Amino acid sequence: MNRALRILVTRLVGAVPTLALVVIAAFALLSFAPGDAVDAYFAETGGAGGTAGDLRARWGLGGSGIEKLIAFAGGVLRGQFGHSIVHNRQVLDVILERLPTTMLLMALALALATLIGGVLGIAAGARPGGARDRILSTTALALNAIPNFWLGLLLILLLAVRWPLLPVGGLQSLGVPLTGLSWALDRAAHLILPTLALGLGYVALSLRSLRAGMVETWRADHVRAARARGLPERSVIWRAVARPALLPVVVLIGQQAGTMLGGSVVVETVFAIPGMGRLAYEAVSGRDPALLMGVALTSSLFVVAANLIVDLLLVRLDPRIGAAHA
Amino acid sequence: MPKFQISRRRFAEAGAMLAAATPFGALAQETPRRGGVLIVAADGEPRNINPAIVASNGVFFMASKVIEPLAEMKEGGGFAPRLATSWEGSADGKTITFKLRSGVTWHDGKPFTSADVAFSALEVWKKLQNFGRVLFKELEAVDTPDAQTAIFKFAKPTPLQLIENALPALTSVLPKHVYEGSDIATNPANVKLVGTGPFKFAEYKPGEYYRLERNPNYWDEGKPWLDGIIFRVMPDRGAIAAATEANQIQLSAFSAVPLADLARIAKVPGVKVIADGYDGVTYQLIVEINNQKKELSDPRVRRAIAHAIDRTFVTDTIFLGTAKASNGPIPLFDRVMNDPQLAAPRFDVARANALLDEAGYPRASGGVRFSLKLLPAPWFEQTRQFGDYLRQALRAVGIDAQIVNNDPAGHTKAVYTDRAYDLAIGSPVYRNDPAISTTVLYQSGIPAGVPFANQYNYKSDEMDGVIAKAASEIDPAKRAALYRDFQQIANRDLPIIHVAEWTFITVARDSVRNVGNNPRWATSHWADAWLAA
Repeated sequence: MNRALRILVTRLVGAVPTLALVVIAAFALLSFAPGDAVDAYFAETGGAGGTAGDLRARWGLGGSGIEKLIAFAGGVLRGQFGHSIVHNRQVLDVILERLPTTMLLMALALALATLIGGVLGIAAGARPGGARDRILSTTALALNAIPNFWLGLLLILLLAVRWPLLPVGGLQSLGVPLTGLSWALDRAAHLILPTLALGLGYVALSLRSLRAGMVETWRADHVRAARARGLPERSVIWRAVARPALLPVVVLIGQQAGTMLGGSVVVETVFAIPGMGRLAYEAVSGRDPALLMGVALTSSLFVVAANLIVDLLLVRLDPRIGAAHA
Repeated sequence: MPKFQISRRRFAEAGAMLAAATPFGALAQETPRRGGVLIVAADGEPRNINPAIVASNGVFFMASKVIEPLAEMKEGGGFAPRLATSWEGSADGKTITFKLRSGVTWHDGKPFTSADVAFSALEVWKKLQNFGRVLFKELEAVDTPDAQTAIFKFAKPTPLQLIENALPALTSVLPKHVYEGSDIATNPANVKLVGTGPFKFAEYKPGEYYRLERNPNYWDEGKPWLDGIIFRVMPDRGAIAAATEANQIQLSAFSAVPLADLARIAKVPGVKVIADGYDGVTYQLIVEINNQKKELSDPRVRRAIAHAIDRTFVTDTIFLGTAKASNGPIPLFDRVMNDPQLAAPRFDVARANALLDEAGYPRASGGVRFSLKLLPAPWFEQTRQFGDYLRQALRAVGIDAQIVNNDPAGHTKAVYTDRAYDLAIGSPVYRNDPAISTTVLYQSGIPAGVPFANQYNYKSDEMDGVIAKAASEIDPAKRAALYRDFQQIANRDLPIIHVAEWTFITVARDSVRNVGNNPRWATSHWADAWLAA
């Protein structure tokens, strides 16, 4: 297991410059955007709440970018992310409030992508070129091409309006006090459509990559060997073809964690879910540097962690990785 | 393309037909039912929902149910008392005496008195509020001889008519005991509101909802009918339309359902589309002009731009018939102040071309006379669409308008902070009196950094003189005459061009009653709104 430990340590050390770069980039981009927090505030309030000069002084918008970055870094080391202008609260509190929702949504979408994508991918790759494969592959291609927000609205129109089976959006039913099991079921029902909207594209992605891997593997020697041994077709598909093809799918899913965060902005907007995606949008539109840096840091931590988990999984699955190091 | 025309009469007929068709139709003699929670879509989450500081419709939409003004607009004109029961001005125009309602308590149980009104006026409206900073500039003191009397003292004569017109939107009263001695701008009560209104603020879950509960001690005995109101945060407008259809929300206001979807949603059984209840919040579509730009400093060029605009196309195609063409800076809705004789420059491309030739800007290669930067405001889909239209309209007269799109913060900086624009599309709200929301667009000498005022570098001594005279003219007839002059000068100089005025649409389930029954309905108290079983 020391291979895994070595990977863990090198990755964590390597992650520090990555995180710093992401935060600096987020900060720089926001600084280059025209307008500051006061302009954003006036746009919202029609110029109420005091004079521009007072507000800028009150919100500490003076000073150079370098000073602010150093202050932010110092705060992070002390476990503080600073004060959000938009929310008028500590950034960390706001993030901790929103993080669980997004994590849950993404975990569900990833699980959907892995399980459903895996099963359908094997179904398609079991007999490449067959009718089942053609239907699945075409559907996957279409799903891959549909933008998230449109898929979300389509799902709403079909499953919430045309056939009113599921809630249109939000996290819970409002106006009806729920407890215990009915509360949990209500929450679960609210997560179905957003999970589908976020995850279906990735289902298609993993289906296609698994199928492609299997098509490759069918031609490999060990498959012929397995057949020669007279193994039943089912176990040939499973053990000789699908398992080796699973590796790249795991890698792919892990790499999607970052893009999925981007997709969650759109999905959270369509489904009115208060998560990290919406928070990032609020930070940018409100020109709230502390909040944006906090969101960037948390999000990149999440992506680094996801990639790390994938690597550790690969270590388990593939004995060749990390063995080269003495 | 089938066009969807909204006319009130048609809606009234549709309503009547509906009432005839359903046994539980909304009939005048129906007895209101007590109970039920109304779920409303909110498409934004203002970070400060204190209406005494931020006088904007996005704030009133939620806060007006909790915090009340001194008076509200009445259907057909005039004002209905809320926290004030009567008011009168002195002959010299320097004092206005308000008699206040007795037996009113704040939601925390403390009594409402004249001290609250005095504190709100001097410390909040005058110092912090967007419109109040101009309106109450001359307010020197508020005397409180007893708990039910507040006497406003002005340094200069102030028209009673002006203050009356300001009552609904600009006089939300805050509890002195909650704000006194605190930093008013950052007081937590700016989100956890404390008021005297029919509903109490119960809970705010950021990104999810605002929840209001019935105030059992409301001064209007027996009201409100509803047990509560939940404003559900829904940032996506397509989702709002879907949620209405699925009956997961019962109401959305301010055209949150896109105009293009109205024709479809009006046909959904159990859903009604209501155009009433917005006259008091008329929005104006304007072309904002940087009068310092060389080409635009010539009034002939500005007039040519006005002639290039087909207002009928704007009202019928961009607003799908929900807007009227403006005849000047004061909307037609204000029958007291609007000059019906006034005519806006008509749509006339030939005239526009002639004016531009005359101004010395011949068409060069490619038929272009000169180029301008055009910044459409991102606030409404209509402001952006009008930007696209204006670009084409100007193309026809040889002006090349380059569209620059910004988000709200970027747009505010470019137009209102830096004045780094040539043309922009704006959408000011008319707040019932030219002196509240309109003259600031024409007056010179407004300090830099005050947004949504004269960002146009327009300076005219004649205009400033009329505005100053009207500001302290207490005789209503003379005041109206001065504003006639104001409109004439505005239409002659055209420092900015008023194109259209528009209001909004409410989409509600049939079960919601008493919708749109005053000119500021969406931004008023909802004490009489109720839900049919």
